[in-house]
Amino acid sequence: MDKIDSITGTAVPIDASDVDTDQIIPAVWMKRVERTGFQDGLFAKWRRDPGFVLNQPERRGATILVAGPNFGCGSSREHAPWALRDYGFKAIIAPSFADIFRNNLPNIGLVPVTLDEASCRKVMAAVTADAATPVTVDLVARTVTCTAAGVVDVPFVIEENARYRLINGKDLIDLALDFDEQIRRHEERRPFWMPRTNGQVEPAFELSGVEQ
Amino acid sequence: MAERTLVERIWAEHVIEGTGEELIFIDMHLVHEITSPQAFEGLRDTGRRVRRPDLTIATADHDVPTSSRQVPLADEIGRRQLMLQIRNCREFGVELHPMNSLGQGIVHVIGPQMGLTLPGMTIVCGDSHTATHGAFGAVAFGIGTSQVEHVLATQTLRMAKPKSMLVRLDGTISPQATAKDVALAVIRAIGTDGGTGHLIEFQGPVIDRMSMEGRMTLCNMAIEAGARSGLIAPDETTFAYLEGRERAPQGADWERARAEWSTYRSAPDAVFDTVVELDLDGLGPQVTWGTNPGQTTDIDGAVPDPAALADPVAREAAVRALDYMGLRPGQRIAEIPIRTVFIGSCTNGRLEDLRAAAEVVKGHTVADGITALVVPGSEKIKRQAEAEGLHEVFTAAGFQWRNPGCSMCIAMNGDVVEPGTHAASTSNRNFEGRQGPGARTHLVSPRSAAATAISGRLAASLAD
Ligand code: SF4
Repeated sequence: MDKIDSITGTAVPIDASDVDTDQIIPAVWMKRVERTGFQDGLFAKWRRDPGFVLNQPERRGATILVAGPNFGCGSSREHAPWALRDYGFKAIIAPSFADIFRNNLPNIGLVPVTLDEASCRKVMAAVTADAATPVTVDLVARTVTCTAAGVVDVPFVIEENARYRLINGKDLIDLALDFDEQIRRHEERRPFWMPRTNGQVEPAFELSGVEQ
Repeated sequence: MAERTLVERIWAEHVIEGTGEELIFIDMHLVHEITSPQAFEGLRDTGRRVRRPDLTIATADHDVPTSSRQVPLADEIGRRQLMLQIRNCREFGVELHPMNSLGQGIVHVIGPQMGLTLPGMTIVCGDSHTATHGAFGAVAFGIGTSQVEHVLATQTLRMAKPKSMLVRLDGTISPQATAKDVALAVIRAIGTDGGTGHLIEFQGPVIDRMSMEGRMTLCNMAIEAGARSGLIAPDETTFAYLEGRERAPQGADWERARAEWSTYRSAPDAVFDTVVELDLDGLGPQVTWGTNPGQTTDIDGAVPDPAALADPVAREAAVRALDYMGLRPGQRIAEIPIRTVFIGSCTNGRLEDLRAAAEVVKGHTVADGITALVVPGSEKIKRQAEAEGLHEVFTAAGFQWRNPGCSMCIAMNGDVVEPGTHAASTSNRNFEGRQGPGARTHLVSPRSAAATAISGRLAASLAD
């Protein structure tokens, strides 16, 4: 994963509270077996409206999503963060997030930015008024800046562990593999009776006995 | 040191490092076709390998058709999923029992069947009903897709130890009641959030007398009480089931392992975070009337009146459930018109379940207007049942005899309950839409399902 110090870019405002994961990406997209390519599913229901903010040409290339309270509630499907990432977002700013959703974001390199409600409102207003308004999320200083909104170096909240992973470009797997030596030691002392699998794909049998 | 619970002991034996959220080693990772494709793709994208393919096993169960198994499958998505699973397993060296292979079956059925589920293990799968394996005295729980990738890459998971809960089941259940009725009675008593944050250990005379198959049914449904998982300490019943299983230890190893396993039990004075004691003396067959497994009553009883419920949240839920189910307060359970009967799933798709159902069915005919199907939990179970002639009992009565898979438990493969109609099902979830859009599910035991198919109404046995 890429290391992230700070993100500066234009933003897309989604001015609604309690946007659930089914709004972020409808359930039909869960049938896909791939892990990327979910950008077309992002807010798919809302995008049918030509006036929807994501359909505005001047919003293209935005890297920051500004959202309302309790963003990402509902089913814990991991497809929702995937869709946001695939669309090109790098950070989500909101007054609050659903827990599981917020925890899932850093695993794929997305920054959850929990910003106080008043500053959020100001940023929302500024980026709604002008699509070219730049917003900066500084992960090292842990601040948000949107000069047009009068929001300058305002601190935000993020779990320390998530911040560490994002700054160092590490996912949870990297963190676990930092303990490779300890895992190895455990592997050496496992009891003798632990079962093993054989690595083989079992061949199919003749289909003659199958009805219909 | 304070006396330990079984879970504390197994947990301690698997901690690699950490406090609070600990890194624990996973002894067996079960993989199915729905929650694994993105995990394998994640490995590919990051250039990672499966750390321990020798501790990983895959099968196809959720999406496989149970009627025709002619390949290529007509369903495009199903076909791609199955092909991709074969490709992933070949590429990463993972043992796979694909559709139309002798070892194929529901993931939670084949693990124990092969002897891959043993006492003292940690077992995970991208599926909530992994708790089934706890019946052998293993710590077994369901995980999400990114955790599947984590286990594939590291053979570990970082997590906090669940709280411990003892559910002690006393008394002697009635001869008509089965492990499924015990499971439903427990959830009825403690609620669908009664076990939240806990790993439940089941103890007591009801458990001591329960078969291995029954214990799997009970642990399988522990998560429907909100628990992370359920488990039962191994005893003679466990060892008798495991002895001679393909992947279980053999010969001198078997004797040594068995001696060690017999020490896998909670200390008599172990302290649990929560203790529940239930007297199940005389328990009769149970049935769900609502849209969660806690909305359960006696099968010879009536639909409860929400107005009589003291808790406003439960009352509101009951009103909504009755609306969805199209039922009236006070309506006799026996009056509910059933259109579909499903016998199968990782809860009740084992040989013992099929035998129990066949015993009821023998010599009778499925009532008019009822579609009834039997879906064995695995190919081996299907063949054993056929060797015993059970399939003839079922087909002669008018049941459909299907190929193994999850089928109507989750209704992903095209096996669905018609909208707005009622089904008697031996599966584990009666949520809105679980068995198809608008489906109205009543969870029951295999015997009750069989009696229901014959009598055309919800019943635990045949009226003579
Ligand atoms: S039978 Fe049902 S509960 Fe069991 S693994 Fe399949 S879908 Fe899940």
